[in-house]
Amino acid sequence: MAFVSFAFILFLVVLVPVYYLVPKKAQFIVLLAGSVFFYAFCGWRSLLYIIAATLNSYLFARWLSSAAKKENGRVEQMRETWSRDERKAFRVTSKKKRFRILVLGLVIGFGLLCIPKYTAFTVSNINAITGASITIPSLLLPMGISFYTFQSMGYLIDVYREKTECERNFAKYALFVTYFPQLLQGPISRFSDLSPQLLAPHDPEWDRMMSGFLRILWGYFKKVVVADTALLAVGTILSDPETYNGIYVFFLLLLYAAQIYGDFTGGIDITLGISEMLGIYVKENFDHPFSSLSTKEYWRRWHITMGTWFTDYVFYPLSVCRPMQRFSKWSREHLGNAVGRRLPVYFATIVTWFLTGLWHGASWNFIVWGLLNCLVILISQELNPLYEKFHKRFPNLAQNTFYRHFAMIRTFLLMGFIRTLDCYRDVPLTFSQWGTMFYAPGFSRLFTEQSLLGLNGWQWLLLGLSLILVWQVSRNSPNDAPLRHRIAARPVAGIVVAACLIFVVLIFGSWGIGFDASQFIYNQF
Amino acid sequence: MDKSKLYDILRSLHADVDFEKEKGLVDNGILDSLDIVTLITEINDAYDVELPAEEILPENFNSADALWALIQRLEEE
Repeated sequence: MAFVSFAFILFLVVLVPVYYLVPKKAQFIVLLAGSVFFYAFCGWRSLLYIIAATLNSYLFARWLSSAAKKENGRVEQMRETWSRDERKAFRVTSKKKRFRILVLGLVIGFGLLCIPKYTAFTVSNINAITGASITIPSLLLPMGISFYTFQSMGYLIDVYREKTECERNFAKYALFVTYFPQLLQGPISRFSDLSPQLLAPHDPEWDRMMSGFLRILWGYFKKVVVADTALLAVGTILSDPETYNGIYVFFLLLLYAAQIYGDFTGGIDITLGISEMLGIYVKENFDHPFSSLSTKEYWRRWHITMGTWFTDYVFYPLSVCRPMQRFSKWSREHLGNAVGRRLPVYFATIVTWFLTGLWHGASWNFIVWGLLNCLVILISQELNPLYEKFHKRFPNLAQNTFYRHFAMIRTFLLMGFIRTLDCYRDVPLTFSQWGTMFYAPGFSRLFTEQSLLGLNGWQWLLLGLSLILVWQVSRNSPNDAPLRHRIAARPVAGIVVAACLIFVVLIFGSWGIGFDASQFIYNQF
Repeated sequence: MDKSKLYDILRSLHADVDFEKEKGLVDNGILDSLDIVTLITEINDAYDVELPAEEILPENFNSADALWALIQRLEEE
């Protein structure tokens, strides 16, 4: 069921009152039933996939938890008898056993993701390398599979690490995996943050519900007014790369930034708004990413929950695992301290970004996108001493408004440049289009009708004004919260603003021919 | 166990930081991921412990005292 559909609005109109009318103990059951109903619209095969993923992580977590309990019980029992070394040896052996259980659970869990998502890509690469002609299978990719797989695998790792309690009730655990607002495009939540809230009783409160409702409408505004209007121009540029090259690739960079920002943050606003109406606070996934002054900062502000997932479950474990520690020691002894201390971290960074690219999609453009981000981050890391010297020489520059805007625009353009790989989905074509920006910009085409990119003057005005509004709202109140809450606290103001937003979305949304509301960009991941 | 070794390791990473007073090594952006991984390698070597990935939390790395408490806890386990 798509967020932007009449069926979904109707679903919410029924679900929210029912959620508050049933006894509080049954609220989570309403959410679970609603989530299963919501996902069932994706088809029975998708439903089977999510059931398998939920069962896998549930059963392996139970197994891990029971093994940890036995281990801890035995240590407690032998506390007086065993020496410190004996206790340590027992811990090491037991942890190895638990690690093997974890690996099995992860292999099955990620296998369920990899088979539908990466089989065709792998086979086509084997064909290309070996010249074989193996038939490329056409497998169904269940909606949101990357999100719920990462969420459930994160839970499994947390149970292994004994950072979170294992949930024994299958229905309660299933709700954590299938919670409908975040099922298709995240955020990727942690069990310890989300599950207690899903199971807690909630009362309807006017301010909170109005605030959530306003956020939902704001999300729809970003999606159907900003993103889908920008999409029309983006589509025109992509439809004819030979005509729309040079300066138009720069337009693409700007327009696609508007589209993906409106699309992804709009979707997340809808998710967080629905959750707020239900009394559940899901973690923010964005923190004004386009105001970042560096690439590193950008990645701390964009798709935050994915970034922290990769940091916590891939980058750090890989950096500090025993083989990597040995490699680090060896490289420091043989290659010197400066190179030696960098190698393991840089290796882990490259692997992490390769996987981040692969997570976004099974194609080379995403892998190159990930590795280019990695390259920029590693170059910035290497240039850090130079930056520090520069800022020591000019100590007031970092606070200078002009310099800060320069750094912000530089970061925005750099990220936008790399992001166009996502548009063309073809690495050589993207590179050649980048080239035309410099050797054949074609400025003379700027003042022709071609530059309207399929939009009329009113649509350009609408897009421009909408972007200014989005920028101002996001600048004046981080994550919109204070403004939204202030409006929601005054019932009349809340109703008026909500009515205005509904009006704007209905009148100015891109509802024309060819409009496909079912597709948020991140749904396909 | 000798806490001075920990200060030596920290100073080898950032000689200009007062590690006895600083309480926001991670929150204030003094230690980045490269520093944290190097720090873990050095601590593992110096104190014969194994600092696992799940302990890489800001609260464990924000100050020398927090790190010292973590090392002692790992020693006892």
